Amino acid sequence: MSYEPIKFYQTGTFTIGNRLLAPEQRTGQADMGRTNSLNSGHRACQGCGEALGARYAIDAVMRATGNQMIACNATGCLEVFSTPYPETSWQIPWIHSLFGNAAAVATGVAAAMKVKGKKDVRVIAQGGDGGTTDIGFGCLSGMFERNDDVLYICYDNQAYMNTGVQRSSATPPAARTATTMPVGPEPGNAWGQGKNVPQIAMAHGIPYVATATVADLHDLEAKVKRAMEFRGARYIHIFVPCPLGWGAASHDTIRLARLAKETGLFPVYSAEYGEVVSVSKIRQKQPVEDYLRPQRRFAHLFGKNPNVEVIARFQEMADRNIRKFGLLDDNK
Amino acid sequence: MLKQTEGSHAVAEAVALCRPEVICAYPISPQTHIVEGLGELVKSGELQNCEYTNVESEFAAMSVAIGSSAAGARTYTATASQGLLFMAEAVYNASGLGLPIVMTVANRAIGAPINIWNDHTDTMSQRDCGWIQIFAETNQEAADLHIQAFKLAEELSLPVMVCMDGFILTHAYEQVDMPSQEQVDAFLPPYSPRQSLDPAAPVSIGAMVGPEAFSEVRYLAHAKQMQALDLIPKISAEFKEIFGRDSGGLVRSYLCDDAETIVVALGSVIGTIKDTVDEMRAEGHKIGVLGIHSFRPFPAEAIRKALSKAKHVVVLEKSIAIGVGGVVASNVRLALDGIDSRIYCVVAGLGGRNILRTSLHRVFRQAEAGELEALHFLDLDWDVVNRELERERTQRRSGPIAENILRDVSAVRSSSVG
Repeated sequence: MSYEPIKFYQTGTFTIGNRLLAPEQRTGQADMGRTNSLNSGHRACQGCGEALGARYAIDAVMRATGNQMIACNATGCLEVFSTPYPETSWQIPWIHSLFGNAAAVATGVAAAMKVKGKKDVRVIAQGGDGGTTDIGFGCLSGMFERNDDVLYICYDNQAYMNTGVQRSSATPPAARTATTMPVGPEPGNAWGQGKNVPQIAMAHGIPYVATATVADLHDLEAKVKRAMEFRGARYIHIFVPCPLGWGAASHDTIRLARLAKETGLFPVYSAEYGEVVSVSKIRQKQPVEDYLRPQRRFAHLFGKNPNVEVIARFQEMADRNIRKFGLLDDNK
Repeated sequence: MLKQTEGSHAVAEAVALCRPEVICAYPISPQTHIVEGLGELVKSGELQNCEYTNVESEFAAMSVAIGSSAAGARTYTATASQGLLFMAEAVYNASGLGLPIVMTVANRAIGAPINIWNDHTDTMSQRDCGWIQIFAETNQEAADLHIQAFKLAEELSLPVMVCMDGFILTHAYEQVDMPSQEQVDAFLPPYSPRQSLDPAAPVSIGAMVGPEAFSEVRYLAHAKQMQALDLIPKISAEFKEIFGRDSGGLVRSYLCDDAETIVVALGSVIGTIKDTVDEMRAEGHKIGVLGIHSFRPFPAEAIRKALSKAKHVVVLEKSIAIGVGGVVASNVRLALDGIDSRIYCVVAGLGGRNILRTSLHRVFRQAEAGELEALHFLDLDWDVVNRELERERTQRRSGPIAENILRDVSAVRSSSVG
């Protein structure tokens, strides 16, 4: 009997309904026994991609470890919105030390677990892109290099949102931030800068590196689960739109994350010991313009006289990613 | 057991006897021999149940220590000088979180100009960071203080910095009575944390605290240090019972009972001062020494009591609070508020400058006679200073100060040789 695979994007939303999946494939959030690691009541903005990503990622870690886990948090939005004194949203053992040291604190916790023979207790560290790619990068690289038994999760919203939307080394070119204003002859963030931390993580040869977005939470959960099957240093880089910092509608968080992937601007893949082992193919390639236009941080590229040159440079960036990672199905 | 050993090695062995569970190591002179010694003990299997982590910076060293201590492991690290400054943010964090980490600081100057030799500027820069700071006079005391430090830290849930003079103590070979494991085990109980990261009882450590409670949290940090004022002498007494010698405590007096002039100091220079005082006593001078062994908490009452009858108080310190004068002297002045005595601050031994007995004789006699200025720089070469000041007065582009002075000093030396 011939088999016609269902193309879920035909539903018009690109989403895979949870109920269409086999029970074991359904998200942990659909489980009555879900752990609510990041519980309701926190102070994140409406439509916060980071809160969504953290909730799914940490719940997935809890499932993978039977709740035997400890989290170390960098300073940033996630830390601030989750633990305003005297409240906490965390249902897990959780420590916040500083902005730039989450990976090192996690190394310390992992060392303590090892020396105490608590092999079953797993350690994660988490932070935003500023805490990961900039100020915390030294500690992160040290943790990778020593292959410490830590999963580090970066929630990348492409700028310092907690301090009021300043540029980080994860901010895309041309983007408006408070420190890269859309003024002058070359408005927004500079071209030819920035740091690709997933690739740098891979260069450390650590057991597992993956990228994910909050548009495909099943993929994120699967990657967290896979990460927890390894011992040693692991890194997951999650693309999390920020409605406030990007000047995007709160209801567009998932759409923008999906467009980042479907344009090729944010390649979604996983790597083991420095080699790419899986790539999430683009299902329907979208022009970069569709991703850029709904975000006010790129508003200066549009308007009456669209900056076609800059938009073309974004398209080149996307196409380079598509070639580099083989993001398009060869059959298409 | 009596042993002829290097100061650093004695400290490494003493720390190992305390059964540390996590040690973070990052090299900086003159602390290196301590972490090297511990690394060897762990690697050889002599020190068991211990994770030894080679980290990438001092900032990481203290951060790893924060993680392991918060997860309930007895944690040790060591640093000095620039390393202490590089980890400063995490140093404050460790005390803010109330984590009983023990850290050796092999006291060394702070640059620029870069200088690897001993003074106390490094730890003095962190005097208000919430750590307990205790100072060793000898290698014996350095070894002993580490054993006391773990007990003190863990009883209070506060980190403790054991300060020992770089090179002068760390690299000096002398006789040290090394404690036995049985003695240390009898003195130091296993670590029972007040707080720890545990999946069986999840807590959030390091949450944000706003204006509504921040003052209370900070006051509690102060209150804990005040508790240490009682605990430090108690632990020192317990130590004496088991190990049979005086080590630590808040302050220790030498020939102070009838002294009209008392010299106040910290660390190994107390030995030189004691020798000077012995010589002056032999000549009939009524002079004594007060060693401060706990700088934080600052034992104001004990110092006031010890100095209350002195006419002249000379605070000899290896640090400088630029723009004010002395760090220790300012604190001593506060302790002596209302007491009618002359207080002199003598800044000495910066960046490893030798503190000579002849110079001490001179300033102590000047102090006795009331002829010493309130702030005195021991053996300062005024010619060199004045020449540089003159250069700066006459030339706009006068160049880098340190290089000018080096050229100046060597020119003077070569001309005097020639």
